[in-house]
Amino acid sequence: MASLNVRATLLSVSFLILALGMWEMATQPPAAQEAVSEYELLMGGADQESRVPPPSAVIRVAWAELSNPFYDAGANDKGIGIQLAYSVYRVLTGYLAAMAIALPLGFLIGMSPLMYKALNPYIQVLRPISPLAWMPLALFIIQDSDASAIFVIFICSIWPMLLNTAFGVANVRQDWVNVARTHELNPIKTALTVILPAAAPTILTGMRISIGIAWLVIVAAEMLVGGTGIGYYVWNEWNNLDLASVIFSILMIGVVGMLLDLALGKAQKLVEYKE
Amino acid sequence: MSKSFLEVDGLSKVYPDGQGGELTVFEDIRFALQKGEFVCIIGHSGCGKSTILNVLAGLDEASTGNVVMNGKEVKGPGLERGVVFQNYSLLPWKTALNNIIFGVKARWPSWSKEKVREHSERYLKMVGLDHAMDRKPSQLSGGMRQRVSIARAFATQPELLLLDEPFGALDALTRGVIQDELVKIWEETRQTVFMITHDVDEAILLSDRIFLMSNGPNARIAESVKVNLPHPRSRATIFQNPAHQKIRHYLVDFLVNRSGSALPEQDGSPRVVDPSTDELTPDPAPAESETKTETTARAVNA
Repeated sequence: MASLNVRATLLSVSFLILALGMWEMATQPPAAQEAVSEYELLMGGADQESRVPPPSAVIRVAWAELSNPFYDAGANDKGIGIQLAYSVYRVLTGYLAAMAIALPLGFLIGMSPLMYKALNPYIQVLRPISPLAWMPLALFIIQDSDASAIFVIFICSIWPMLLNTAFGVANVRQDWVNVARTHELNPIKTALTVILPAAAPTILTGMRISIGIAWLVIVAAEMLVGGTGIGYYVWNEWNNLDLASVIFSILMIGVVGMLLDLALGKAQKLVEYKE
Repeated sequence: MSKSFLEVDGLSKVYPDGQGGELTVFEDIRFALQKGEFVCIIGHSGCGKSTILNVLAGLDEASTGNVVMNGKEVKGPGLERGVVFQNYSLLPWKTALNNIIFGVKARWPSWSKEKVREHSERYLKMVGLDHAMDRKPSQLSGGMRQRVSIARAFATQPELLLLDEPFGALDALTRGVIQDELVKIWEETRQTVFMITHDVDEAILLSDRIFLMSNGPNARIAESVKVNLPHPRSRATIFQNPAHQKIRHYLVDFLVNRSGSALPEQDGSPRVVDPSTDELTPDPAPAESETKTETTARAVNA
């Protein structure tokens, strides 16, 4: 009996082949019943109906795009690598800005019951707002579409980080805080050497949730603001009626999202501890 | 004021009882410790032993009374008072050695890295854990964790060491081994130690004096029992001393029969008792013979 990993891989591959095969079969144009008239020939064959491209067409597009991902032939014709890089840049900028605010604020809320009670109502009202609802306001105030997209990322990724940091900090075991107290550590040292490492796994969980949400939101935000980015690319290819490219970019969105999550997962492993 | 190293005067702790009233856990606790003394405190659960220890540590506040150490009032926690908690309280993301280094660095911030490490390793070796210094607490057994915790407390060389039932969570065999180690370390360092325990034999093995607490609420430290046994002591031989039997009987009798009603002296200080010189053991004969057989059995084993 092969190991579990080998069997799982075999099963995965067969599912993929099965799904692609069914997809390929389902999207073949029907064979012409009668001779093609001259008019039909001019219109591109007997088949008048447009349909989802078969996987073979998607793979062809993928091959073409991935063999030259960074070409730049003008505003509406950039390589998939460039588009993804724009999106990742926006996500990381907004995300880091959110981190810079959420971590210190979360510490403050977690350590002070007063601040928690005072700020909690605002957090509860602001948190459920769809990040895209901020877009018009952001566009009006910032007057820059690129910065507005970054702001939307900022506002959507701040909440999980803020709440998890506050929760993690507030729930550090009293024993460990007592260890810091009996060793006369000042508040800054206590925060850095005891509370931060103790709360780090919870904080990283919040950061991992945030990066996932940010990557979901960037696609929608870029469809709205346009210009560059993977969200704009998807919408642009839809306008071009190039569905093979649309499907290909959907897959790329998934792959990059997975890589971002993997990176945060690795970071999470680093700070984890067993009691 | 007298010149005792540590003076505890009129300590009490009052909690709201949840029905609008008040509950006095313990009251008018008075005692003094001399430098270099090892004192255990025994009492039934709920008499507030841990609260007294936490007040000494500065982690908790008494409702009334005060604690004076070296002529200075104790307010808040401090490095001159080291604490070993029952649940070890090691930082789980640090290795055994780094947990000790954490304490040593806090105690002597000006020390060089090498000096801190060398000092910490020495204390880890003292508890026999130099082979496990790079392991995290989760990879250590309960007994090993408590050893690290004890090493951390001794390494910071506090003037007063507070042990809150340090062996309470350990099995009997491990407990015995670590007791021996604690005896050894204490003979070397002669730290002033204040320790909570539930174990009569442990208290006799370790301490110079044993405080007996009456039951709560309104618990008091009723008696201060002298443990008149020579140092160095050893777990294997200590019960051969006739005084050991007398002290043991006295303590067991107190805990079983008298802890509900016992009271300190009129002035609030514990009544001083020395069972080893007492001709009349308060225990009646049957219990005596029973313990004797136990003793012979142990002697044979030894």
